[in-house]
Amino acid sequence: MSIQLAVRNMTKRYKTGEGVTGINLEIKKGELVTLLGPSGCGKTTVLRSIGGFLEPDSGDILIEGHSVISLPPEKRPTSMVFQSYNLWPHMSIFDNLAFGLKIRRTPKAEIQSAVSDVLKLVRLPGSEKKLPGQLSGGQQQRIALARSLLLKPAVLLLDEPFSALDAKLRHEMREELREIQAQTGLTMVFVTHDQEEALSLSDRIVVMNHGHVEQIAEPQQIYNQPESLYVAQFIGKMNFLQGVVSEGSIHVGHLKLPNEKQLSGQVKVAVRPEDVNLNPSADGGNGQTLPGAIRQIMILGHYAEVSVELDDLAMIRTFQSKEAVQLLKTGQRVHVNFASTLAFPTQ
Amino acid sequence: MGWYFRALSKRRIIEFVLLTVFAVFFAGPLLNLAVLAFSDQWRYPDMLPQHWSLRWWSFVLGQDDIAKSIGLSFLIATIVTALSIVLCIPAAYAFARIRFPLKKVFLFSFLLTHAFPKMGLYVSIAVLFYQVGLMNTLLGVVLIHMINVLMFMTWIPTAAFRNVQAAQEESARDVGASPFRVFRSITLPLAMPGILVASVFTFLNSLDEAQGTFLVGIPDFKTMPIVMYSIISDFPSSAGAVFSIILTAPTLILLLAAQRLVSAEVLSSGFQVK
Repeated sequence: MSIQLAVRNMTKRYKTGEGVTGINLEIKKGELVTLLGPSGCGKTTVLRSIGGFLEPDSGDILIEGHSVISLPPEKRPTSMVFQSYNLWPHMSIFDNLAFGLKIRRTPKAEIQSAVSDVLKLVRLPGSEKKLPGQLSGGQQQRIALARSLLLKPAVLLLDEPFSALDAKLRHEMREELREIQAQTGLTMVFVTHDQEEALSLSDRIVVMNHGHVEQIAEPQQIYNQPESLYVAQFIGKMNFLQGVVSEGSIHVGHLKLPNEKQLSGQVKVAVRPEDVNLNPSADGGNGQTLPGAIRQIMILGHYAEVSVELDDLAMIRTFQSKEAVQLLKTGQRVHVNFASTLAFPTQ
Repeated sequence: MGWYFRALSKRRIIEFVLLTVFAVFFAGPLLNLAVLAFSDQWRYPDMLPQHWSLRWWSFVLGQDDIAKSIGLSFLIATIVTALSIVLCIPAAYAFARIRFPLKKVFLFSFLLTHAFPKMGLYVSIAVLFYQVGLMNTLLGVVLIHMINVLMFMTWIPTAAFRNVQAAQEESARDVGASPFRVFRSITLPLAMPGILVASVFTFLNSLDEAQGTFLVGIPDFKTMPIVMYSIISDFPSSAGAVFSIILTAPTLILLLAAQRLVSAEVLSSGFQVK
């Protein structure tokens, strides 16, 4: 598939010292890509630069192969859905939606039908005559989305569009957006700090930190194979243990783990809670377990989170099924081993 | 009646009394004025005039220079309002949106014209006007009026423009509007209540201005308030009352119109200068 949007070596620095450096992105036609990271990581800077609201210090932005870097926002084939909706309170919903089309001198009849079609798409048919103030937050954001969809942008930009909504509504909107994307086939760049949102929505995720890209990959890969320590601790729950490399393998306590990345010296070993196996009986026999004691058991519905304090090591969290947890109690001695581990160099 | 007051709390009664005092304080003089305007003979200690009549109305309206002064006042007020919109609205937009050095100082400097005794300011302006030949001219009177309103006409729209979120302008740019189109279709309509309030103030202020006009406009430019002075000094108080009502009517009409257009809240928020 062809590249719809490319960001090449983009840098933007603010006087405060924050900003982004050396950003490279390639987004295919019809893809939904999320920029994920904590606030201040530069994800909004990248998005606003694509939309034309910020001027990068260097680098280039190409849409469908053409550089748009010198174009003002109104000339770019992008459209943005803002966090604060930004509907115009003095205009009716119809006028809000038709504004962009009127500027493009679209014939009246065409505007009429386009507006009523897009209102059906965002599930607010017949609300043309209302004012933005008469709608709820979720409805206003749907109108804002509709306003952008109407213009059939080459790239649709979404700047934390659902973060002002409550959890349930956020969930619904996510599903709706996915559906709309399937129907329209639009290329979308979605900014969020919510990893659950990113994991559930995206075709690919761009994890950002301190103004640079940490990893670009599909959600499953981001979760299973985080490329950096930062991504490992940012996405999902993760346990970290101190390890040391000697004789070609990583040693955690007396546990030997494979050194796939050919690391050396001190390393950080990361284990997902669901990859920790608990064994209430004695050592498995091969010496490949770590002893510890259960410190806390938290029942979380269909599963339980069990905290184990490993002897002379750290506290780790594990997920256990509700059946397995019935055999456990706090204070009990257990042995743990790991179904899979990751290792990262310590900075 | 007794049960009603017993049912009221002490706080309610105090509120009620205060409200009544205020109502009498504000409406009392106006009521007195209205009665006075229709009276022929009214001697103390009677509550109402002994004789009612429309005599002073026909007298006041029959005076040539009065009719002329009403026309002149409205002409001047219209010119002053139009000119100050042309001058102050772009300035207000600049204060609200553009960053430039000493912005706060400039914005604050509009207070200067209100910081000194008016008469002192007018006399020094009059000296200047003599030298450039602006005494006893329409332009001179208009300029004197504008000095009074520059502050409101800049401060209130500045606050109004500031209340228009930059993000709302951004989203308009985003759907394809040029900067000028954004100003015309988004910024200006959203700031309109503040601009309207300021314009109404300007118009009323100009209608009401007497000191400066007296100094600069005499003898050819006698506006309503100037004529008012001579009527009060030359004729019985009933004539003054009639003329006061004529002078007050446009104020009331404009304020009511303004109130229909914008709520009191917006009106007062127009004064927030950040």
